[in-house]
Amino acid sequence: MLIQTVNLTKAYSLGHQVVHALQGVSLNIAAGEFVAVMGPSGSGKSTFMNLLGCLDRPTAGDYRLGHEEVSQLSSDELAAVRNRKIGFVFQHFNLLARTSALDNVALPLLYSPLPPQEHAERARRCLAQVGLADRFNHHPTQLSGGQQQRVAIARALVNDPILVLADEPTGALDSQTSVDIMNLLQSLNRKGMTIVLVTHEHDVAAFASRIVTFRDGRVIEDSLNTPNDHGNMPPQIMKPFVLSMIFVRRPKGVGKKQGSQYLPFGSCLEAIL
Amino acid sequence: MRLTAILRIALHALRINKMRSALTMLGIVIGVAAVIIMIAIGNGASAKVEDQVRSLGSNIILILSGSALSGGAKGGSGSQPTIFEEDATALSKEASLIQAAAPTLRGSGQVIFGNANWSTTFYGTTPDYLEVREWNVIEGRAFEAFEVQGAAKVALIGQTVAKNLFGDTSPLDQIIRIRKTPLTVIGVLDRKGQSMMGQDQDDIVLMPISTARNRVLGATQARSKSVGSIMVKVRPNEDMAAAEAELRTLLRQRHRLQPEQDDDFFVRNLSEILEAQEAASKVMAMLLAAVASVSLLVGGIGIMNIMLVSVTERTREIGLRMAVGAKRQDILAQFLIEAVTLSLIGGLIGILLGIGGAFLVGALAEWPTRLSSMAIVLAIGFSATVGVFFGFYPAKKASQLLPIEALRYE
Ligand SMILES: Nc1ncnc2c1ncn2[C@@H]1O[C@H](COP(=O)(O)OP(=O)(O)OP(=O)(O)O)[C@@H](O)[C@H]1O
Ligand SMILES: [Mg+2]
Repeated sequence: MLIQTVNLTKAYSLGHQVVHALQGVSLNIAAGEFVAVMGPSGSGKSTFMNLLGCLDRPTAGDYRLGHEEVSQLSSDELAAVRNRKIGFVFQHFNLLARTSALDNVALPLLYSPLPPQEHAERARRCLAQVGLADRFNHHPTQLSGGQQQRVAIARALVNDPILVLADEPTGALDSQTSVDIMNLLQSLNRKGMTIVLVTHEHDVAAFASRIVTFRDGRVIEDSLNTPNDHGNMPPQIMKPFVLSMIFVRRPKGVGKKQGSQYLPFGSCLEAIL
Repeated sequence: MRLTAILRIALHALRINKMRSALTMLGIVIGVAAVIIMIAIGNGASAKVEDQVRSLGSNIILILSGSALSGGAKGGSGSQPTIFEEDATALSKEASLIQAAAPTLRGSGQVIFGNANWSTTFYGTTPDYLEVREWNVIEGRAFEAFEVQGAAKVALIGQTVAKNLFGDTSPLDQIIRIRKTPLTVIGVLDRKGQSMMGQDQDDIVLMPISTARNRVLGATQARSKSVGSIMVKVRPNEDMAAAEAELRTLLRQRHRLQPEQDDDFFVRNLSEILEAQEAASKVMAMLLAAVASVSLLVGGIGIMNIMLVSVTERTREIGLRMAVGAKRQDILAQFLIEAVTLSLIGGLIGILLGIGGAFLVGALAEWPTRLSSMAIVLAIGFSATVGVFFGFYPAKKASQLLPIEALRYE
């Protein structure tokens, strides 16, 4: 197993109040899996991802990454683990402003033992891999959202990680660009990269090979998924999703952000039914 | 992480906020420039004093009449003359440590030649005066002992007097008049330049002391051979203090002073005066440099302020760097080096400005300035220290952020 969490728990204390963000998550993820984490807002998805990414330490429980027990490492050791083993893709890209795509991609190499002469070459290779071979010197403001996210993905890949973590990587992108990004992630996965991503969108999750659903800091569902290319969901899968969105989610008032993204599905409801 | 990489990051960050970086540096720039200029002025002043000591002769002792300082005005009513020409003669003959002693009588007035006139200071003295002051006659000759005895109507004139009365023509053998007394110019003195008081030493007329007493100053002082002062030159390589003691003993003997009586004359050691003046000008420069270094301090606080702002502004960047593997000391180094780079660049600009400013002050205000490499090294060291000192707190703050909180920072 690449990832093994046992009873992973995270509690935040805010003054007198204690927020139990994760309440004992035990999950195994094998190398080469493509996992989508879903669940309502506040269910602990990001908290879980931050623990997987060694950005935070659990309150209780164990986390094994590769062959290493990482839950008790010092902050410098965690930094080294993040640097060598993990690639991050963020919702808002988190690129350095006024810095070229190439330098953005090379950023993790600055903190790695790789000799500096090799930095540019590596970064170039990764940018080419995400289809931005002609955008090396562009600054983030000179790139579209999708291109920026590609740069971020190239950055996540530059240190040859064993795991790529993406917390809502398509959250700031329109649906067509989301499909492009998901295709990119899927092709990476097919080359062997283990990917865990958080999403609210079922058509994004549909690219994954496994869907884990959180609620109230616990895993309530863990199912395999048959990923389909190009985000075209067959109607028999689409139908229950759409129905659940219309009849289950919306009345619960899940949030405007998701609401607007469900709209395309609502409009094709007629066609499907 | 390599230093060159950190340096690149720091320069990049500073370039992104050019205006802010420039303004932040300004405090350091002004501080360093001011310190360098002040130290250059201080050094220039003491160098000038040293020059003057050299030009005046460091081994000169001045003996002033008791009446010269008491009772205010010289030769005023009720003041008794206390030193005499004979004292000078005795000093040069009997005191073993003294090479020469020149009595002088001083006066001032108009010198007239033809239509030209010039207001100057004249001294009645003996040929020893030129020896004591190490002053050469560059045209003509000095007056001789027999001319002193005979109160000859001859004069030596300084460069300024020569220029103002005679222009380009030769003053030799011309007749000038001082207080209606005609005197023949027999020599022109070499250029001496300004004295430590800023007086023009070349604005002078020398004549035999008897001529001054009997013919120019008039009869009031003719009764005795009293003089205003005696300028004494100590033999080379002799101890000034010993010479002063010898001279004092001799004069007290001659004036028949009892042990309990005070001296009836004053002794001034010129090099002491100059040294005191040099010390004073150094203290002044140090004071100014201290004031200027307050500006360095303020500049340092400015750097700290901007670095704190920068850390807050770049919290997400810090979070990102940590997420991709930056250790705490990497972040610490990044911000520390940014602060030090800021202050060092400021310091370098300050040094250039300081050097330029020192030249300008030298040229425009005609103050002597002398740059000190010591001050420049110090300025670099100081600005680096300011950067480290004031950059450390913000850098420490940045490095102690938690990666997850920094990433989530809005
Ligand atoms: N730093 C924190 N301090 C206190 N409480 C926190 C903190 N971070 C998260 N929480 C709480 O933990 C719970 C889980 O939050 P988390 O961010 O993991 O949710 P999420 O599933 O990612 O939600 P979303 O889909 O909206 O991103 C929430 O109740 C949240 O309020
Ligand atoms: Mg979240």
